[in-house]
Amino acid sequence: MSNTLNLTLKVWRQDGPNGAGRFESYEANGIADDASFLEMLDVVNERLIEDGQEPITFESDCREGICGTCGIMINGKAHGPQKGTATCQLHMRKFSDGDNITIEPWRAESFPILKDLAVDRSALDHIIEAGGYITVNTGGAPDANLIPVPKEAADMAFDAAACIGCGACVAACPNSAAQLFTSAKLQHMNLLPQGQPERWDRAENMVETMEMFFGSCTNHGECHEACPKEISLDFIAFLNRDYVKAKIKNRKLLGQN
Amino acid sequence: MAQTIRQASGGPEGPIRERKKPLPYPLSLYQTAVGKKYVMALTGVGLLGFVVVHMIGNLHVYEGPAKMAEYAETLRTLGGGLVPRETVLWILRAGLIAMFGLHIHSAYTLKEMSRLSSPSAGFVAGNKKYAGGQEFIAANFASRTMRWTGPIIALYLVFHLADLTWGWVNPDFHHGDPHNNVIESLSNPGIAAIYVVANVALAIHIYHGAWSMFQSLGINNPKINQGRRHLAMGLAGLILVGNLSFPLLTATGVINDDDRECPPGDLVCLEEELLEKEGGHSE
Ligand code: HEM
Ligand code: SF4
Repeated sequence: MSNTLNLTLKVWRQDGPNGAGRFESYEANGIADDASFLEMLDVVNERLIEDGQEPITFESDCREGICGTCGIMINGKAHGPQKGTATCQLHMRKFSDGDNITIEPWRAESFPILKDLAVDRSALDHIIEAGGYITVNTGGAPDANLIPVPKEAADMAFDAAACIGCGACVAACPNSAAQLFTSAKLQHMNLLPQGQPERWDRAENMVETMEMFFGSCTNHGECHEACPKEISLDFIAFLNRDYVKAKIKNRKLLGQN
Repeated sequence: MAQTIRQASGGPEGPIRERKKPLPYPLSLYQTAVGKKYVMALTGVGLLGFVVVHMIGNLHVYEGPAKMAEYAETLRTLGGGLVPRETVLWILRAGLIAMFGLHIHSAYTLKEMSRLSSPSAGFVAGNKKYAGGQEFIAANFASRTMRWTGPIIALYLVFHLADLTWGWVNPDFHHGDPHNNVIESLSNPGIAAIYVVANVALAIHIYHGAWSMFQSLGINNPKINQGRRHLAMGLAGLILVGNLSFPLLTATGVINDDDRECPPGDLVCLEEELLEKEGGHSE
């Protein structure tokens, strides 16, 4: 048995990257409370299309919380009110009948709005391009367990690797800093043996690329609260540590690090 | 990774600032935000050390005019006969001035960087704003007001120097007799109020700063992480209680001039008073 909700949405509409943008109100009546937030938007969009209006543009892909594509500001909270949950996995039962819901895109200078709720997150890709990889010879797959990894390091690297690159951390950050994303992407490699050869270059390049696009972290901790994967603030401390070490080490001759 | 839609026209937006050509190490550190934050944290530790020592030193006010004057004289003669009078004091002062300068410069430039990173979100009062109203979960009052408590402390510092170091705004200033100067100043409720407000701001600043500096310096270890918050609270509390006691207890008459034996500013008399008291103990 599912209940239905009648909601009022206040949605950011923007025709294109250079459009002015404005809020528009929509009635969303008869929404099943077991629908996901995105399914609710789907229903609203179908009704808009039937009425001959332009549907609300938003991004989504896997709808199971692992692709990092969806992500909107719901009532001033990135990915909505439920902790550790991406927008696609947020269900309407978290809302009550008669609620007003304000829906906005991520806001940061380096996340330009493309249309309505969709923003361009290429800046995050540029941080990955700067060092979010390891260089290996391709060829036959190596034997499992060929490289021993301490359990603690493996666990921690895995926690960092859970980052789906959604950008909620930047959106929620009062400074528009991308520290949580960058630290997760940096540390899931820097913690593992495979990541060691490029560790210090990676730290330097990823951090400095991040700073070309984003603001400066002041350790508010909003990112962690917004993060659907609950990435720990500890990784930000590790990023700071590795970056400063990298600065010291890279001074020395190559190979003497 | 997020699927990002590339703009059909114009391509993806470029960076909003260039990567700087690195200066020689360690200057290169100060060219980046993470490095600047490091400097901010290190100077913060230094300033914190100063604030704690300063507060503890000022407790001498409870021992009366002679002891307070002796403390002031001790600071001026640090280093003993090895160096000219006030040499060590001036070295310490120079360090403090440098730390203040770097701390404020790094804070200002980093905040500018954040402002430029979110103009489309209407960067207001140091934090970006969502039209729907952003609900803060982790960011607390202290962390969101660093850029207000900081300047309040800086302004207060200038006033404080003008009051008790230079004596410009002190109603009856006598060089070398701080006990008199403190009471002259703080027995005025208006002045006492300035001290109270500023030190509350200082405690709030320390509440966030003394926690934040661990993250900035990369000091993170499951064994100490809980303790970092407690240390910050403890330091903020210590400074709050210690520094508020001076204006509050002077305004209420607990710190007073009633037992004073020497006229204000008579340093010879104060020294004799001290010798008399100490002599009584040793003989
Ligand atoms: C006695 C005075 C002061 C002490 C003990 C002190 C201490 C600290 C400490 C420990 C931090 C943390 C650094 C970090 O985040 O790693 C900090 C941050 C900061 N301080 Fe101060 N500070 C003092 C004065 C000032 C003044 C005069 C300003 C003037 C603008 C200021 C502005 C800031 C700002 C804006 C931050 C950054 C806060 C953030 O990360 O959001 N501070 N302070
Ligand atoms: S750290 Fe969390 S919020 Fe930031 S991009 Fe990764 S998954 Fe999203």
